Parts: sequence; C-alpha cells; structure tokens
Amino acid sequence: MIAADISAVLPEIVLSVYAMGALLLAVYTRKDEVAQMLVWATSGMLVLVALWIALSVQDSRTAFNGMFIDDGYSRFAKVMILASAAAVLFMSQEYMERRGLLRFEYPILITLAVVGMMVMVSAGDLMALYMGLELQSLALYVVAALRRDSVKSTEAGLKYFVLGALGSGLLLYGASLTYGYAGTTQFAGIVTTATEGELSLGLLFGLVFLAAGLAFKVSAAPFHMWTPDVYEGSPTPVTAFFATAPKVAAMLLFGRLLHGAFGEAVADWQQIIAFLSVISMFVGGIAAIGQTNIKRLMAYSSIAHMGFALMGLAAGTALGVQAMLVYMAIYVTMNIGAFAFILSMERNGQPVTDIASLRMYSRRDPLRALAMLVLMFSLAGVPPLVGFFGKFYVLTAAVDAGLTWLAVAGVIASVIGAFYYLRIVYFMYFGEETEPLDGEVQPVLTVFLLASAGAMVLGVFNLFGIEAFAAAAAATLVQ
Amino acid sequence: MIGLEHYLTVAATLFIIGIFGLFLNRKNVIIILMSIELILLAVNINLVAFSAFLNDLTGQVFTLFVLTVAAAEAAIGLAILVCFFRNRGTIAVEDVNNMKG
Repeated sequence: MIAADISAVLPEIVLSVYAMGALLLAVYTRKDEVAQMLVWATSGMLVLVALWIALSVQDSRTAFNGMFIDDGYSRFAKVMILASAAAVLFMSQEYMERRGLLRFEYPILITLAVVGMMVMVSAGDLMALYMGLELQSLALYVVAALRRDSVKSTEAGLKYFVLGALGSGLLLYGASLTYGYAGTTQFAGIVTTATEGELSLGLLFGLVFLAAGLAFKVSAAPFHMWTPDVYEGSPTPVTAFFATAPKVAAMLLFGRLLHGAFGEAVADWQQIIAFLSVISMFVGGIAAIGQTNIKRLMAYSSIAHMGFALMGLAAGTALGVQAMLVYMAIYVTMNIGAFAFILSMERNGQPVTDIASLRMYSRRDPLRALAMLVLMFSLAGVPPLVGFFGKFYVLTAAVDAGLTWLAVAGVIASVIGAFYYLRIVYFMYFGEETEPLDGEVQPVLTVFLLASAGAMVLGVFNLFGIEAFAAAAAATLVQ
Repeated sequence: MIGLEHYLTVAATLFIIGIFGLFLNRKNVIIILMSIELILLAVNINLVAFSAFLNDLTGQVFTLFVLTVAAAEAAIGLAILVCFFRNRGTIAVEDVNNMKG
C-alpha cells in the first residue's frame, strides 16, 4: 500500500531530495562557485523529470487516501510546469551571472517552488492544496527579493509577500468553512455534499473565499494589484519565471478545485469565474495602455491572459477545461519567447526595460525584431497565429456553455488589448530612433526567441497535437 | 451554553480585524505581519471548532499544518523586511512606494 503511494509521488520526492542534496553540496563547497553548475544541473533535472512524467503511461490513480491525485490532468500540468521552469532557468543563467545575481539559492528555490506547483496540481485534498501552494509561494517570495541590495527588488518581495499572504489567508478561511460544512477536506468527499442547487450557505461562503484566494494567485482582477509591482521590481529572469510556471500551476489548481470539489455545483461558481474573467480582461487591456516599462506591460498582459484562461473555466464543461489547458500551453510558450527578448534588452551592460528604447530596433536586428513582431501579434491574438487559436478555443467554449455575453466581452477586450502589443511593433519598425540598445545578444536567448516565434507560426497546422492531449487531460478531470 | 456559532463568530471577527489591519494600517509593516498572523489564527479557531463539533480529527491536523506554515511565513516575511530596511532605512508602510502605475 505505502509502496504504491510512494510511487505516485516519486517525481516530487526525487526533486525534493535533489534540492536538498544541491543545498548540502553548495554549502559544503565554496558556495556561489557551484551556482552556475547547479543552474545547468537543475534545468537538466527538470527536463528529465518532465520527460519521465510525459512518457510514463499510467491510469489515473490516487495516493495517500485521496490526498494526491495522479491523473492525465495533473501530468499535463506537470509537464508544462517543468518544461517552462527549465526553459526559464536555462535562459537566466547568463543574465544572472553578469549582474552578480547568480547565487546558488536561486536554482534550489526554483526547484522547491516547482515541487510546490506539482503538489498543487495533484492536490486531492484541501490540506495538500494548501501545503503545495505555500511551498510554492514561500519560495517565490524569496526569489522576488533575490537582488538583496536593490530597493525595488526587496520592495517587490515585500509586496508579494504581504499580498500573497493575504491571498493564502482568504483561501485558508474558505478551506476552513468548506471543511466545516462539508465535514471533510477531501475533494472527492466535498463533491458529494456540494450538489446542484443544494450548496449550503456555509459551503457557498467557503467556495467564494477559496475562489478569492486563488484569484490572488493567478493574479485575476480585482485581486491583481501586486502583479505590476512585483513584475517590475523582481530581476527579469525571476519575472519571466513568475509569468510562466506559477501561473500554470495556479490556474490548473483552480480548475482542479472547481471541477474536483465543486463539480456538481457549476451554476454556483460559474458567475464568480465569469466575473473574474471579464474584469481581468478589461483591467489587463486598459491599464496596460499607459505603460512605458515593458515588464509592467507584461504584467498587465498576463492579467488579461488569465482573464481569457478563466473564461475557459467559466464554461464549466470538459471543452472549457480543454480550452483552458490549450490556452495556458500557448500562453507559456509565447511568454518564454517574449521574455527571451526582454532579457536581451540592455544598454552599456545595464538592463533596459523602457519601451521607447525599442525604437527602430528592426534596423539593428531585423531577424529578432521579426520574431518579436510574431510574438506580439500572437499575444494580441491576431489570426492566423497560434495565439488566435488559443483565444478562439476559449471563446468557443464560452459560447458553447451559453455565455455569449462573456465571449463578446472577450472579443472587445482583446481588441483593446491589441493596441499596446501593436505599439511595441510600431516602435520597432517606425518612429525616431532615440537611445538604441546595444550589447551582444546571448545565442541562447536568440534560440529561445526564434523557437517560440517559430512555434507560433508552425503551430497553426495542428497546434503540435496539443489539443488531443488537452482533451484527454480534461476528460480525466470532468467526467 | 457555548455552541459552534460562538466560535465561528469569534473567528470571523478576528479574521475581519486582520483584514482591516492589513488595509487600514498606515504606520508599520510589522503591524501587517501581525495582521497576517491574526488571519491565520482566526482560521485555526475555525478549524478546531469545526473539528470538535464534527468529532473529526482532520481539522486539528490541518491546524498543525497551518501553524507550521505560519511560522515559516513569518520567518520569510521578517527576512525580506530586514533586507528592505537595509536598503530603504525605514519600514513605514507609506515608504513602500518605489513603484507605481
């Protein structure tokens, strides 16, 4: 019995043991000298575990009396989380090294955060949910404040900590109410008490608090206020990490909670999620217009994108979950490419985040400018790029579930949002050159940028078959 | 006779005090940390009360986890706060304003 349990959580155990081993190694040797090696080793490790999970064919199984669920949905999530974390880690090594930020704690904290995310998406119990979420959050608070001697970075860490703790507090209060009124913390048990039209008032309160707490974690408006500051203040590689893996984990945890624990009461949470979705799309689209800092802009962009992913969840159907999964996969791929570009923006060896510095970038480096153009069009959802198909999927799911008003709002918001993506393209191709960027671009960043942009173009044929995987994953969650 | 609802009322009151402490306090970041602690303890009261009322140990196990995490959370919060203080020389809430927009 225990052997079966252990085998279900073996990837998490392997990664945790690896993190502890790496910590010991770094402490026993001369600390930061091993940091570079640790970054390579960690991204290799994450890729290996991703392959291991992707290639192991298993039926759905639960471990530790239903606390931990290992099914297609969680495996899809884990592969996405591991692959994006490995990519971001791989990209960040050079940047961190040159700015003296490469401490050995960085890859270890990222590994621990990834373990937390893997527990989150596999959670089958409110306790497992909370522990996974906190493991991820606590590691991320520290990573945000990684640049200890910078006011901005420590302020970002502080803000993230305070608002993240508030989010956890709301979630926990919801968990306590859910436990009290359902009599169990297990999703499988909660779902039997939370049936259509009979959701007791206490459970409804619990659901609302849980949703609010998770909305904090996915940075959905109106719980988004930490996002721009944290994105701006953190070192850029950390921002790139925040924009990818944690978003996937939190969004998929949201899906797991809503369908796993409250799957019989779709009507009760549909309005909440639709509300979060519509507010996020508009806040993200409108607030980004005035931004001059590209990291802040990406923060608002991610808020808007979370709104679209939530639209898939709001549908409350298997198709909606599938759309959300496809959307998140596309979103992560685009963001990795966009951040590969942002990481390479520098002048006199200093990182630059001002959008105006991109003026006439196309003359300096036509290929990279073209790749960034593709990514910006894709983020804006311009057909025929892959980003459009992501939006198309969630809109279809919403219309299918009878949420036509939400789909219409989504289209309007995406038109508004297109403005600021196109503004970046405008700067790159037209306008006066002011202070240009300089410095050599790391080949690794170019590779990631071109690969991501290439995927946005080539993916239009079949989305690399991700639809079928997402459909299978969604089917294990929504029966 | 003190019933479940009394405990829940106390917990809800503490929770709301904690939330208000987070948002209304303009003085000191340490008070924010205290408010966060208050929120988590309110949740613990809830969990223990439900656990006793339901005759089910799960809630108390949950409480132990929450207590552990709260300790780790306070440690990390204070560590970040110390770093911030070194850079900024102050921990007044209104001075945590380097980034806006």
